[in-house]
Amino acid sequence: MTISSFVRNAVCGLVATTALTAPAVAEVDFAGKTIEWVIPFSETGGSAKWANFFAPLLADALPGKPTVVVKFMPGAGSTKGANWFQKQKYDDGTLLFGSSGSTQFPYLLGDPRVRYEYKDWNAVMASGTGGVAYLNADDGAKFDGTANALKDTNFIYGSQGATRLDLVPLLAWQMLGMKVEPVFGIKGRGDGRLMFERGEATIDYQTSSGYLKGGVDLVEQGKAVPMMTWGALDADGNIVRDPTFPDIATFKEVCEATDGCETSGEAWDAWKAFFVAGFPVQKLAFLPAGTPQDVIDTYTAAFEAVVADADFAKISSKRVGKYPVFTGEGAQTALGTATNVPAEAKTYVLNWLKEAYGVELK
Amino acid sequence: MEAFDVALPALGEAWALILQPVVLGYLFLGVVMGLAVGVFPGLGGIAGLSLLLPFMFGMDPILGLALMIGMVAVVPTSDTFASVLMGIPGSSASQATVLDGFPMAKKGEAARALSAAFASSLFGGLIGASFLTVFILVARPIVLAFGLPEMLMITILGLSMVAVLAGRIPLKGLAAAGLGLMVGTIGEADAGGSLRMATYDIPYLTDGLKLVIVGLGVFAIPEIVSLLRQDRSIAKGSSLGAGWVEGIKDWFANIWLSVRCSIIGVVVGIIPGLGGSVVDWIAYGHTVQTTKDKSNFGKGEVRGVIGPESSNNAKEGGGLVPTLLFGIPGSGSMAIFIGAVALLGSGDIEVGPGMLKSNLDITYSIVWLLALANVLGTVLCIAASGGIAKLTTIRFTYLAPFLFMLISFAAFQSGQNFEDLLALFAIGLIGIFLRRFDWSRPAFLIGFVLSNPVEKFTNQAFQIASFRFRESFERGIDYVFSPIVIVLIIITVVSVILGIRQAKTIMAEGDVQSGSKRAPLVFLLVIAGYLLFALVNANMIPDYNMTDKVIPLVVGGLSLACCSILLIQMMRRPEGDVIFADKEIAGEDADAPYGLWPTLAWFAALITATWFVGFILALVGFLITFLRVRAGCGWVKTLALTGAGIGFMCLMAGALNRDFPPGLLQGAADLPWPLK
Repeated sequence: MTISSFVRNAVCGLVATTALTAPAVAEVDFAGKTIEWVIPFSETGGSAKWANFFAPLLADALPGKPTVVVKFMPGAGSTKGANWFQKQKYDDGTLLFGSSGSTQFPYLLGDPRVRYEYKDWNAVMASGTGGVAYLNADDGAKFDGTANALKDTNFIYGSQGATRLDLVPLLAWQMLGMKVEPVFGIKGRGDGRLMFERGEATIDYQTSSGYLKGGVDLVEQGKAVPMMTWGALDADGNIVRDPTFPDIATFKEVCEATDGCETSGEAWDAWKAFFVAGFPVQKLAFLPAGTPQDVIDTYTAAFEAVVADADFAKISSKRVGKYPVFTGEGAQTALGTATNVPAEAKTYVLNWLKEAYGVELK
Repeated sequence: MEAFDVALPALGEAWALILQPVVLGYLFLGVVMGLAVGVFPGLGGIAGLSLLLPFMFGMDPILGLALMIGMVAVVPTSDTFASVLMGIPGSSASQATVLDGFPMAKKGEAARALSAAFASSLFGGLIGASFLTVFILVARPIVLAFGLPEMLMITILGLSMVAVLAGRIPLKGLAAAGLGLMVGTIGEADAGGSLRMATYDIPYLTDGLKLVIVGLGVFAIPEIVSLLRQDRSIAKGSSLGAGWVEGIKDWFANIWLSVRCSIIGVVVGIIPGLGGSVVDWIAYGHTVQTTKDKSNFGKGEVRGVIGPESSNNAKEGGGLVPTLLFGIPGSGSMAIFIGAVALLGSGDIEVGPGMLKSNLDITYSIVWLLALANVLGTVLCIAASGGIAKLTTIRFTYLAPFLFMLISFAAFQSGQNFEDLLALFAIGLIGIFLRRFDWSRPAFLIGFVLSNPVEKFTNQAFQIASFRFRESFERGIDYVFSPIVIVLIIITVVSVILGIRQAKTIMAEGDVQSGSKRAPLVFLLVIAGYLLFALVNANMIPDYNMTDKVIPLVVGGLSLACCSILLIQMMRRPEGDVIFADKEIAGEDADAPYGLWPTLAWFAALITATWFVGFILALVGFLITFLRVRAGCGWVKTLALTGAGIGFMCLMAGALNRDFPPGLLQGAADLPWPLK
């Protein structure tokens, strides 16, 4: 199965199932109980924000209106928490786990610390995001929808690490033939933006919410020029314009227009596979292995009720962006999309990491 | 004056928002909760804020802000209790306070130290808020002027405080700082992900050691063990001298010091990425350098309390600048704060660059709520300090088991691993020996705290500088030697020169007697052995990951060189030379009725028992045995104290939704909380 047909199947299934799943009438009751939602990151990250956003809504929608508390278990690049969750058995349905792209990438790349298996878990909710790359004003003036005029410029980019979500922008720029030197070791994309604002970094990318918060302002002041989004997936698994930023071209468009960049072949397939794992299905909520179907259905119904709420679209577009939230079967399918990267894509990325940055995962 | 036309009405609106009875009520509630949480060392604002989060959804913004700010603002105030009374640094902001605060408590001047500290905190908080009110309007370009070379220089300025705190033998201080830096590099490197002194088979080590654990290990454990061996009260002779009025007079007499340190606090606080880790040390260094009679530092000099405490609350205000202007949190609690603000009301307030334009009134409300919370918290703390200071007159043997309980719990909260307790014990051992042989513990801690910033900023600044130099020589020079960098270099050089001259008079460990060669020499060889091993280990990192090995190699090499010179000096100098300082020769420790190892064994027993039956069960056994056997209490007293201790622990942990370290028993059987 090629990657594109794989993605298409997965996304079709995903869309179909979200449409079909009817909220099951559940007999599970959480009255008086406390549900722990464990996040394998510290209190300060995007995943914490995400879980804290959903927690009160979920508490309200679950039968018996339990208390939902978010617990943090950071460590070892989130693999510690995920390894811990792998060992948890179903008890009474009061344990929920949240993972993000930073948990998915080590799993996909075969990080030696990974002792968890996504296939054992039950995904009940999944949500995505997008990303926008932008240039400083000087180099932005040379950007004409293609990267042709940018190939002779040396760029500097503040990066959290080549094996993180930064893999997606770094590989994209490399495919465009741009010379981008990453400065590793920053703590979050906010620090990257600050480095860009200080003029130390000359190219940057932010996830959708980060770009809305800080990037748009820079563009309005003329200090930055948007270059491209990573795009979003349509029902057929094709990359289309990001609904949050319909005016900004996608990497796919820029790549097609740029000499020497191709939207097919090994490199493209690898980029797309990791993009899908890192962005459209970035964050997932899980119940542990062995959870009975009625409990899964209860959570599914609760998350569906959250998403169906009249105000949800409005408040969520500010917090998590204008992206679909998958529930139940849809989340399970999304999980499949996010964690099944074909072997050749994995090999390609591992080789590239080694050659370009000397990074070896062992 | 255009800015003021906007600012003044907004300031008025902010005060109108704040001065509503219900807002003040919420602020008071937050302050009280913050004080309760802050007494717990190592837990601080993050735990408290997480607790409030679920209630923030849809709450009236100003009420939610009052509640949250009330809580965050007073944590650095109330953790002073632990630093002064017990010698336990509650957070990175109160480490320098321990240096003189705790010796004051030992002299029976706990109330004086506390009230001086609180008065300084209050004043610092107010200075911070006033400064910010004006400064926040023009801060953006200034914050952006602090690039990587500037941050590196501030870090180095912080590191240069080692010169002041190095102790009588500067080489020992340097080696201690080097050791701290090397311990700070343990784990996965930030830049290339190489492992230093760690393996993936022990996942605990890949994350490196946490500041809480190192702070507790280096300062708290040696003091607890030493006092327990002497079997006396913290305040010598169980009497309390100067009271809280005295402390406020002390602060007033040193008001200019307080002003200067507050400004240091605000300025360093506004630089994102450095946070609070260096502020109190820079303030302490400044205090020492501007004090004429330096002979009392480390022995209970009240100025040594006033300086750092003035800076640490002012820093909270400064820390608001990157948080509010850039949406980049200066600390963990600020990060949750940002997330929580987004939940308030209809969710229209978004912390970040838009804050000044669309929500200037809210911005000012935050600044002045912070100041007001400081006032409330301080007044409550001063009122309580006289009573709480009486703790220092209790026979320490009654306190010690509860302190072991507290620090174990605090250590566990930092990473929620059983290994946290082992790490605490190991670092505690290092701390005990550093203290015994008069190696500067502050120097070790400064090294550890600044290890990550030094490495990160050096690598990143080097990479960007070489990028600029490739473009042109001038651009490179402009980047590396900006005016700010040059000013910082001058300050650093002056402070090092002054520091070296003054270091000899500052004896952080008191006047330690010297004795035979053997024990100090063995300790030196152990340190050198570790450094050598770490050096070899770092050298095994492949060259393409140069960023991950260059700092350990350079720092390790230099520290090893210090150790070698010390070794030669030790071989040549006669016994009894100051280089052979050893607390077990004469003085309090040597005369103590109990030995080091039997005392430490109690703590080891608690950890071992935890490994088998989990924390709470182990604690029950530990408290009962300790109180019966070591403290010689009757059964009634033993059971009452044990019940109170366990009850307090469960109450706090339950309210904050925290777990206890589990043991083998918990792996085998399913037990209800708190036993699980």
